[in-house]
Amino acid sequence: MNLRQQVMALIIGAGLFLMILDLVRRRRLDERSSCLWLLTGLGILVLAVWYDLLLSISTLMGITLPTSTVFFFGVVFLMAVSLQQATKISKLADQVKNLTQKIAIMDSYIKDLTQGKEEVGDGYTETLED
Amino acid sequence: MTVACTHGSPGEDRILVIIPAHNEEETIGDVVARVKESVPVADVLVIDDYCSDATARVAREAGARVIALPLHLGYGTALQTGFKYALERCYDYVVQMDGDGQHEPRCVSDLLAEVRSGAADVALGSRFLRGRSYKAQFVRRLGMMLFGFLTSAAIRQRITDPTSGFQAFSRQVVEFHTRDGYPIDFPDADVLISLSLNGFRIKEVPVIMYQKVGKSMHGGLRPFYYVFKMLLSIFLTFFRERGYKARR
Repeated sequence: MNLRQQVMALIIGAGLFLMILDLVRRRRLDERSSCLWLLTGLGILVLAVWYDLLLSISTLMGITLPTSTVFFFGVVFLMAVSLQQATKISKLADQVKNLTQKIAIMDSYIKDLTQGKEEVGDGYTETLED
Repeated sequence: MTVACTHGSPGEDRILVIIPAHNEEETIGDVVARVKESVPVADVLVIDDYCSDATARVAREAGARVIALPLHLGYGTALQTGFKYALERCYDYVVQMDGDGQHEPRCVSDLLAEVRSGAADVALGSRFLRGRSYKAQFVRRLGMMLFGFLTSAAIRQRITDPTSGFQAFSRQVVEFHTRDGYPIDFPDADVLISLSLNGFRIKEVPVIMYQKVGKSMHGGLRPFYYVFKMLLSIFLTFFRERGYKARR
């Protein structure tokens, strides 16, 4: 890696790292979601400073070109982020579903109360296993 | 999870018939009226799954209680909304059926008889038992046979109609269905297998079903998704927790 490439990698790595920190500071990104991104920024910085590490990883993985190693980890990172987002969306969808059901049931109850069809119940409560 | 009964307490033999509906204004009134005529002691609850037509009004006029969902959430979620309502209102037995007129309301009492007698926790209405004829399209019939075979093998009990949405449940099953993880779409064979693995007794009961007229929820590319989803869900069911009924 020549000096120009090294400087570019340093700028990109540091820029990404600082951008993520700023997003967390402004509460546009939560700490949990920032982990993967911060690790990536840090990884780029380390590999830019320590080129021999990139060469060693490439040799270990049987990859001839160090740039291919970088691309490989880039793809792995994007897959990990997509998976993280998909699990998050599933959880959010479940929460939206539960809230919508709750609102619909409460709405029907309120309508019945206002129309005098219902009386407030006796408050029997039971605990169910989650 | 804490559930508050707003009316009565379990054990009063209260029955709720849940009918999820999405734009069923042409049939829902007749279905509700016929259910009320067939089982006068039962309350009828229609879940209006964000209908754009007059389903809710027609259902109310026919004597049903209506819960209107503010978003279109799909068949499974609409059904689960009814289960949550039933649990909160302390119903002891719940029947689920379709609002499109496919399910014969006179058979509701046959299903209820099985769960009320304690012979089963789930009474599954089957259109194929005792030779009551139901003509399904070839591909659909093939799918029913495949999932019937898989379900029967998985729970070691002959199931002839695993895709039936005409069922009756005990209160414990309703509790089970209100947990997170109930399928948002097509709660069929995977739910039956899950119920069996969790200790619930399933019994098939012959019912009359008519062929659906109009748009099916299995149209377009959905059959492919259905087969994929169901196979995956059945497979994963074996790796999920079991013995719910015993723990309760």
